[in-house]
Amino acid sequence: MNENLAVIYQSFPYLIRGVIITVGLVMGALGFGFVIGTPMAVGQVYGNKYISGIISFYVWFFRGLPVLVLLFLFYFGLFSLLGFNLSAFTAAILVLGLRSAAYQSQIFRGSIQSLNEGQMLAARSIGMTKVEAIWNIILPQALRISIPGWSNEYAILLKDSAITYAVGVMEILTRANFVATRTYRPMPIFLTCAVIFIILTYGGVKLLDLLENKVKIPGYGEER
Amino acid sequence: MKENKKIVLRVEDIHKSYGKEKILKGVSFQIKKGETKVIIGPSGSGKSTLLRCINQLTIPDQGKIFLENEEVTRHKKEINQFRQKMGMVFQDFNLFDHLTALKNVEIGLIKVKKMDKKEAKEKAMEELKQVGLEKQANLYPAQLSGGQKQRVSIARALAMDPKVILFDEPTSALDPELIGEVLEVIKNLAMGGMTMVVVTHEMGFARSVANEIIFMEDGMIKDQGTPYKMFNNPEHERTRKFLYKITELYGKSEE
Repeated sequence: MNENLAVIYQSFPYLIRGVIITVGLVMGALGFGFVIGTPMAVGQVYGNKYISGIISFYVWFFRGLPVLVLLFLFYFGLFSLLGFNLSAFTAAILVLGLRSAAYQSQIFRGSIQSLNEGQMLAARSIGMTKVEAIWNIILPQALRISIPGWSNEYAILLKDSAITYAVGVMEILTRANFVATRTYRPMPIFLTCAVIFIILTYGGVKLLDLLENKVKIPGYGEER
Repeated sequence: MKENKKIVLRVEDIHKSYGKEKILKGVSFQIKKGETKVIIGPSGSGKSTLLRCINQLTIPDQGKIFLENEEVTRHKKEINQFRQKMGMVFQDFNLFDHLTALKNVEIGLIKVKKMDKKEAKEKAMEELKQVGLEKQANLYPAQLSGGQKQRVSIARALAMDPKVILFDEPTSALDPELIGEVLEVIKNLAMGGMTMVVVTHEMGFARSVANEIIFMEDGMIKDQGTPYKMFNNPEHERTRKFLYKITELYGKSEE
């Protein structure tokens, strides 16, 4: 038992550096997905049939394939084909981000569509353009409503990030695996790895809960 | 004397269909500065669609709208400029839920009129005062009663200094005891010389405020005239029946 603890203790700094990679990867992918996913949601709701058609196709593609297939397809296939010389880390952010955009766009789309259409009409009636109305009226509300769904996306993406092990990103699981093969003590190492993931998941979700409460619209959804 | 006043809004032969269903079959009327026109009629007669065609929230299939002699229907690109000058008050208030009462009134001034923030706040506060809600300025829509919400939405329309305000059944979604406060505000606007088109079922209100009542049915204007004429001596039997029924239903409050 003591030897197990010693292995954990010794490898801990090494694993923690993996946490930085994992967190960076998840933040990068979530951020990238957010930046693409939001306009996609807007395009799907307010765009013409061509725009919403293209977006639907995008969503269909990225939701339809296993994340590992996407990762191989882009990292070994498309990116090298296009002559991009990307590190595994950057490629992983791009692929996870592109995929997350598909999911996030659907979270935001649902939120936008749950707002009553009347607010859009009211915004137009005081002379706002469609873009101004979306930016000033629709998105601030839709994004608030999206936080619980988005929190879910964070938890899923965090756990999916472990799959970048397959292309050699030096994240938590990759490192845990190295240590386990070197020390022949998989159990304590993978347990540590599991605990780290649980803390990251819980911590992130908790932070988003705090955010949700902070930006909550007073009186909204309360009994009066 | 009224004959000399200038025409603020002219509606010419508006047609609108959704698919095969003809909602509006050629509606024309005009309204002079400071007048209040009340549009009545059974549901489905095209009253709301007509209002939306006026500020182009719904694009009419045919016909023209003029705002102070400028054709609204021909200037597709400038429509946002025209809409600023035509306030609209909706049945369901349609306040911006994430903004306080004050910000609801302010936002058009800041984002559309590009007014200085401090100036916008002062003006918004003034408008809220006019509808008796300066104390509620920092409350959110979900913290306001229906009547208060509707008054905020009137203040929001007023803040843009419109040439005309279109009211789409402003009291239909309200509890009976809250109707009075909203009608009071609209009445005060009428007395203050605001030009207004009001779709409503409140006959007492129509009687006391309207310069003219327009009776619509089947997408057409069937009858129109002063409240006195409409209530006592309408041209059509149908108008009399409708007025009788609606007065029964909604009572003669606000006389």
